[in-house]
Amino acid sequence: MNSSSNLINALFIFVLAGFIGFEVIRRVSPLLHTPLMSLTNALDAIAVVGAIVLVGEHKSTLSAVFGFIAVVAATSNIVGGFLITDRMLKMFKSSRPAAKPAAK
Amino acid sequence: MMTAELAGSQVIIELVYLIASVLFILSLKWMSSPTTARHGIWAGEVGMLLAICGTLLHHGIVDYRLIAIGLVLGTIIGVPLGRVAMTAVPQRTALSHAFGALCVTLVGSAEFYLRAPNISRFMMSVLSLEVILGGLTVTGSLMAAGKLQEILPQRPLTYKGQNLVNLVLLVGALVIAVSLVLHPEARSLFPFMILIALAFGVLLIIPIGGADMPTVISLLNGYAGLSAAAMGFVLDSKLLIIAGALDGSSGLILSIIMSKAMNRSFTNVLFGAFGQVQTSHAAGEEARPVRSATPEEAAAILSAANRVIVVPGYGMAVAQAQHKVRELYDSLSKRGVDVRFAIHPVAGRMPGHMNVLLAEADIPYDRLIEMEEINGDFPQTDVALVIGANDVTNPAARSDASSPIYGMPILDVDKAHTAMVIKRSMNPGFAGIDNPLYYLDNTLMLFGDAKAFVGSIVRELSGGHG
Repeated sequence: MNSSSNLINALFIFVLAGFIGFEVIRRVSPLLHTPLMSLTNALDAIAVVGAIVLVGEHKSTLSAVFGFIAVVAATSNIVGGFLITDRMLKMFKSSRPAAKPAAK
Repeated sequence: MMTAELAGSQVIIELVYLIASVLFILSLKWMSSPTTARHGIWAGEVGMLLAICGTLLHHGIVDYRLIAIGLVLGTIIGVPLGRVAMTAVPQRTALSHAFGALCVTLVGSAEFYLRAPNISRFMMSVLSLEVILGGLTVTGSLMAAGKLQEILPQRPLTYKGQNLVNLVLLVGALVIAVSLVLHPEARSLFPFMILIALAFGVLLIIPIGGADMPTVISLLNGYAGLSAAAMGFVLDSKLLIIAGALDGSSGLILSIIMSKAMNRSFTNVLFGAFGQVQTSHAAGEEARPVRSATPEEAAAILSAANRVIVVPGYGMAVAQAQHKVRELYDSLSKRGVDVRFAIHPVAGRMPGHMNVLLAEADIPYDRLIEMEEINGDFPQTDVALVIGANDVTNPAARSDASSPIYGMPILDVDKAHTAMVIKRSMNPGFAGIDNPLYYLDNTLMLFGDAKAFVGSIVRELSGGHG
């Protein structure tokens, strides 16, 4: 197992991705901080890939059960996270073109 | 894990993951502006779909049925979670931090039992980090969600020696982690590490009050991301490391912004010292006279104004007043009054909470102005209308060194020609801090429920001049 070089690679990726994250997220408008959080939440649920492999390989009952619950939890985050982010972003509108007469 | 040579399907999977990683980064990049943000969702969804399909190609997978059931069940749970009312977004977010962390903790635990005792020291350290961070995020986020949903008492619960108990638990978890790193064959220790992490999460959130929620939710977001990145190390998944690092940095950046907006140092927040009891201060001053006004008077002052700044706070969300506020905005705009909204970073219960509520009520986002940008405009503003905000307008934060919130950046509402504050009664707010704003000569108190009061102002405005 060539684990030490793997770990070094992983560390490189982690640090560089962290930098990209900082630079990209610093530029997110405070207006969108709530949708940002629900979006990162959905993206973070990519952990589902680990859970899928765990369930699929079925190496032990425990790993299959844990993996199954993990797949359910992560999938609900993916689906719910993207849905609500989309709903929120749809609401953000710029000033209406013509001053819409507010009917009362 | 085979490293020497990748099978053909493995190469394809890794390439798919690479594309997914790029899409994830683009997804966040496009969140920088409301005009491109919806592309971001699209990129994220495609990336996610690719990653899941790629994973299904994994050669070791023998059981697709259980995976399919899990995906379907998750979707069934996820759809209603994506359809909650906008006012419930903070608790929904906390709940999804819990779900994300649950996934990570369960996968980490399963990996431990599959591998131990054949697990390298570095791997065991990362795995411990993964399940400790994951475990405390699960219970911590559930507690936060419970408080936000008001299933649990919102008041901060404190007791003597709280920090000591937390410290002992944390040290205990670390001691077990180190023992496992040195002796991975001691598998029976593992559940205790998880249990301690779960208990720690509960105790960490117990002393947190509602006003600290924006910081706490951001912090839990960061923890969830870091634990996912740690899981990426354990599974040797670059995609997971990248997604976890992105989520982790997002959570940490938001925590830093929130803690700055509350004048807390970031380390202060990181080590759980947030939510200290804020002792009631200046209790004797409550008998001071205040000036109050009726909806008719308020409407008259507002319609005579040229510039109005509305300062919304959590009280607006509680009273569900945002749609009435939109009617007020429409009514005043129609009369040529310039109406803008001043958004304090920690107004509400999570970062950006007020923006979402006001956007939901159809108020254009270019009217929602950040604190730094709008603060200079208060002296030229005729009326500052405070709806359900308290501490973020408290001038004691600028002037009174003995105030618990001294040094916290505030919206300079008191500098407007007239400040009007809609409030239920003179009872000091949740934090129990008296607000000198209410006793100023240029302040008018509008006593009543935010929604009902704004509604009466709107009726007055439309009744008067049609």
